[in-house]
Amino acid sequence: MTTATFNIWRGDAAGGEFTEYTTELSEGMVVLDAMHQVQAEQAQDLAIRWNCKAGKCGSCSAEVNGMPKLMCMTRMSDLPTDEPITIQPLKAFPLIKDLVTDVSWNYKVKKKIAPFKPRQPDFEDGSWEMHQSDVDRVQEFRKCIECYLCQDVCHVLRDHHMHEEFIGPRFLVYSAALEMHPLDTEDRREDLRETQGVGLCNITKCCTKVCPEGITITDNAIIPLKERVVDDAYDPLTKLVQLVTKKKG
Amino acid sequence: MKNNVTTALPVRASFGETMRPGKWWIQPVAVFLGLGFFIGYGTWAAFQGEHYHFENYLSPFYSPELFGESHHAVFGPKPSWWLSWLPWSPAFLILWAPGGFRFTCYYYRGAYYKAFWADPPSCAVGEPRKSYWGERSFPLIFQNIHRYFMYLALLFVVFLSYDVWRATFFEDTVTGTVSRGIGVGTIVLAINVILLGGYTLGCHSLRHLIGGKLNVLFDKPVRRTAHDCVTCLNRKHMLFAWMSLFWVGFSDVYVRLCSMGIWIDWRHIFNG
Repeated sequence: MTTATFNIWRGDAAGGEFTEYTTELSEGMVVLDAMHQVQAEQAQDLAIRWNCKAGKCGSCSAEVNGMPKLMCMTRMSDLPTDEPITIQPLKAFPLIKDLVTDVSWNYKVKKKIAPFKPRQPDFEDGSWEMHQSDVDRVQEFRKCIECYLCQDVCHVLRDHHMHEEFIGPRFLVYSAALEMHPLDTEDRREDLRETQGVGLCNITKCCTKVCPEGITITDNAIIPLKERVVDDAYDPLTKLVQLVTKKKG
Repeated sequence: MKNNVTTALPVRASFGETMRPGKWWIQPVAVFLGLGFFIGYGTWAAFQGEHYHFENYLSPFYSPELFGESHHAVFGPKPSWWLSWLPWSPAFLILWAPGGFRFTCYYYRGAYYKAFWADPPSCAVGEPRKSYWGERSFPLIFQNIHRYFMYLALLFVVFLSYDVWRATFFEDTVTGTVSRGIGVGTIVLAINVILLGGYTLGCHSLRHLIGGKLNVLFDKPVRRTAHDCVTCLNRKHMLFAWMSLFWVGFSDVYVRLCSMGIWIDWRHIFNG
């Protein structure tokens, strides 16, 4: 019978330590299964947040061998078992207990982003005309399951703790989904620059690497937003063209 | 806006601290060595001021040659207004433009922030400094001029394409007759244009300006098609960034060694 040894973080905001657990592996097991097995057999008080076990709810986010991952989507067969596997909570958010963190900061941030503001309806029945080619771009962003792995790996939040000045990759994706929507008329560029810290992103692409939904966060959301902010604040030539043509950017 | 966190965050990791097993440092070290070598060679080559042309081949480090001693020079020899105490090379007049394009490129920014500034050294690895300014204040706020360098970089692709055209003409040193042909140098310079074109035309700023800034592209078929093409190249931006970087350096090496007589340029001349 194959076994694996885990170093699991046990503790709360006051402190804690890694504790070693060894458990048997069976075919098709994912890390979340192993954690449940450890919980059932050896540590009934181990705190884990989980829900769908299908990579769609974004609840079981943790750090597996130092990288943010969904535990339910990380196969044990993909991990080396010759050394202990470390399992620890997300580092960008306050710890509640063991593998569970308080991610409520994200909900507060989301409420502060200017909401969708559609243009006047195109037809008398209150509907609009949109074309799939224009919708395709923002549909990628709607795949987000809000697991906050991207927030966790972003060094601006993780290492520099700039939660008061930076909304993080998740909410830059959310802003991009609104800002690039073919019906939207809201202008979020000043907020992005002044209070939401898009300029703090230094394009490490770590968020893109860890996204379980494969959203190309940096190239398709953050950089296009940075470019829109450049239009608005840093490009005198664009401003001049807008002045001459009297077009809003 | 204040996005307050109400409870204590975990302790900040120290420099290099990570739970990632394996050799996570290989990539930043490889980037450091790759970019460092290119910067070193490019600076050396720019300061040489000689062996940058061979017959109709012109090194891309020196193209367009605005002022210089070769027959490629557009405006004649070294300008008289050049300060006498300043070192001189035709490359000094132009190399800042493609250099600035690469320096402010979104891909390279992410790569050299990690490799040269350890900010962060790699994903989920602790950093050496506690303070962080990002690209919203001096000096990195100037990265926002990338699009202006992109305009210049597009011009350089045109200049280098013209160099390839010129590199298909060969003069017989005995009779003085000029014939069309293709040499290895022609192919080297052509590949350089293809790779630089792939890199420049996949630029994030170009993608934005050509159509990305608009939310509705359906009624603009030309811009939509152009945006789709740039997006297609943009997906391979990193690959083109490295391949074009290597090849532009190799193109200079090729022309330089031919000019020094170390390499012989094999060529096929089309008679008649």
